[in-house]
Amino acid sequence: MHAVKGVDLEIPKGEFTVLVGQSGCGKSTLLRTIAGLEEIDEGSIEIDGEVVNDVAPKDRDIAMVFQNYALYPYMTVFDNIAFGLRARKTPKVEIEEKVAEASRMLSIDHLLERYPRQLSGGQLQRVAIGRAIVRQARIYLFDEPLSNLDAQLRDEMRGEIKRLHRELGKTMIYVTHDQIEAMTMADRIVLLRDGKIEQQGSPLDLYERPATKYVAGFLGSPSMNFIDGMVTENKVTINNSNHSLDIPEQIKNKLTSHANKAIIVGIRPEHFSRADIANHQQYSKLSVNIELVQPTGSRSYVTFRLGQNPAVAELRPQDLLGHNTTIELSVDMSRVIYIDPITEMTI
Amino acid sequence: MKTSHRKKIKLALRYIAVVALTILFLFPIYWLFMISFKTANEIYAYPPVWWPETLQLSNYRVLFEDGDAATVGNSLIVAGVSTIFAMILGTICAYSLARFKTGGEHLANWIISQRMIPPIAIVFPVFLLYVWFGMVDTYFGLILLYTAFNLPYVIWMMRGYIMDIPISLEQAALVDGYTRWQVVWKVVFPMCRAGLFATAIFTFVFAWNDFIFALVLTRTDVATYTVQVTHYFGGQSNFWGKISAMSVLGTLPIFFIVAFMQKYLVRGISLGAVKG
Repeated sequence: MHAVKGVDLEIPKGEFTVLVGQSGCGKSTLLRTIAGLEEIDEGSIEIDGEVVNDVAPKDRDIAMVFQNYALYPYMTVFDNIAFGLRARKTPKVEIEEKVAEASRMLSIDHLLERYPRQLSGGQLQRVAIGRAIVRQARIYLFDEPLSNLDAQLRDEMRGEIKRLHRELGKTMIYVTHDQIEAMTMADRIVLLRDGKIEQQGSPLDLYERPATKYVAGFLGSPSMNFIDGMVTENKVTINNSNHSLDIPEQIKNKLTSHANKAIIVGIRPEHFSRADIANHQQYSKLSVNIELVQPTGSRSYVTFRLGQNPAVAELRPQDLLGHNTTIELSVDMSRVIYIDPITEMTI
Repeated sequence: MKTSHRKKIKLALRYIAVVALTILFLFPIYWLFMISFKTANEIYAYPPVWWPETLQLSNYRVLFEDGDAATVGNSLIVAGVSTIFAMILGTICAYSLARFKTGGEHLANWIISQRMIPPIAIVFPVFLLYVWFGMVDTYFGLILLYTAFNLPYVIWMMRGYIMDIPISLEQAALVDGYTRWQVVWKVVFPMCRAGLFATAIFTFVFAWNDFIFALVLTRTDVATYTVQVTHYFGGQSNFWGKISAMSVLGTLPIFFIVAFMQKYLVRGISLGAVKG
């Protein structure tokens, strides 16, 4: 039973790379092999051109931030941050300087004499990050550091970590299952599935040009709508309904091999808009029954059906005024993606 | 009103129960102490003398003059040194079992099964072995035996305590620049301090209270206090004064240890209770 099965990955220096995927996809395992905490059966790991398979974690010059902070409860914050420096026999004066600097960067310099049990979750995470950055290692590894924080704190810490990356300019490898963290923080996303890389690239690359149905459905919240249909002439007819979508000119030749075959159309919630106010170049109109409206304040999510498939559209609150049961929607067909139902790859 | 009335009754009952149990447990100890300070007449007196006229120490003096009190010293040496050895070796073994899963579940279970051997079943084979190697009535012999006998207990307990430590703490230290040995010393030991103390206390007490091995494997040089006490049960009469004085001497060290270590003992036991 292998957690990671055949990964070929190159991480450019100084970049913020996010390993993202569902629980159990092997991202944490991959991170731990980079750290040296987990052994690999086959293959090699190189850092700066040097093969480190047999190099102990302490000699790889990496720093790591753990999900549960991994702070020592019997030491003060200062001692926790200084722990790694003390291992390398750093002189006392230097330790004090570095700890002061790191704690200032993370706004925890007033907490140095406290013990972990006296700190809040956010403060604890900052101490853990402080312990990592004070070592000035060449690679920083983050193993789902924000999973234990509440939503608001997570938003705040995301920005902090990104700012840290900008200031330090070091190579950072960040593991998360949260696609929002991946999208907002990454220079590059590596999406893992069942121990293999599903796709890698910049966040917008993966978002707008997903290679497979899995990638398309993973990124984006609410997730992409997958509609079963059939390719006929210039349209995609939606199964079990009267609706059909016009295929734009430039896409037509891509779909010639799928003429008269089943297809899955991927439409993101934001690709929908109210028909009468839409000004898309290529759009198709649909008249649908509203099943559920979920307002968030800035946006409203409308649930309806296309054929057998449930679908969610993202509209502005004012688009729904006066509409109770039905609404006319239009779809921006230039941004829709087409998926082969058998291979689950995008066309 | 009625509830507070009931509460008061319940509280009173609880206090009565506590007092009764305390008397029940403390009475033998109190009586033991009293006997050790009494004269022979007072000891055999009826009705019983609850508090002797004078707290006279002649029973104790005799023990020290005759050199019998030195056996308490033997007990201290043997129990103390074997506890230290067992704790050091046992904790290291436990770490290996806990973190590297050495030997898998089978080894762990086998180790604890060794604790369940009834001492009397092996005391004579051990005796024969000791005669062969000339280890009878030696400090080394007895320490070796207590260490070996306590090792399974220490390994089993410490394995549990170590498994309770989040492994990320050790991983953080490994990444930060420490070797595995340093991690054990700087992270594992401080984290399971309560467990270490509690286990050490119990290990010490096991060795301290042992009778059968001490009886068979010592003669005169290394007799422990448990063996010495039995010498006062004569054929015609028992020297109760000496018996009780020796018993008090033998119990005092334990009193002190537990009194000082009470904090760790309670924490260590209760921590051990809430795990798999």
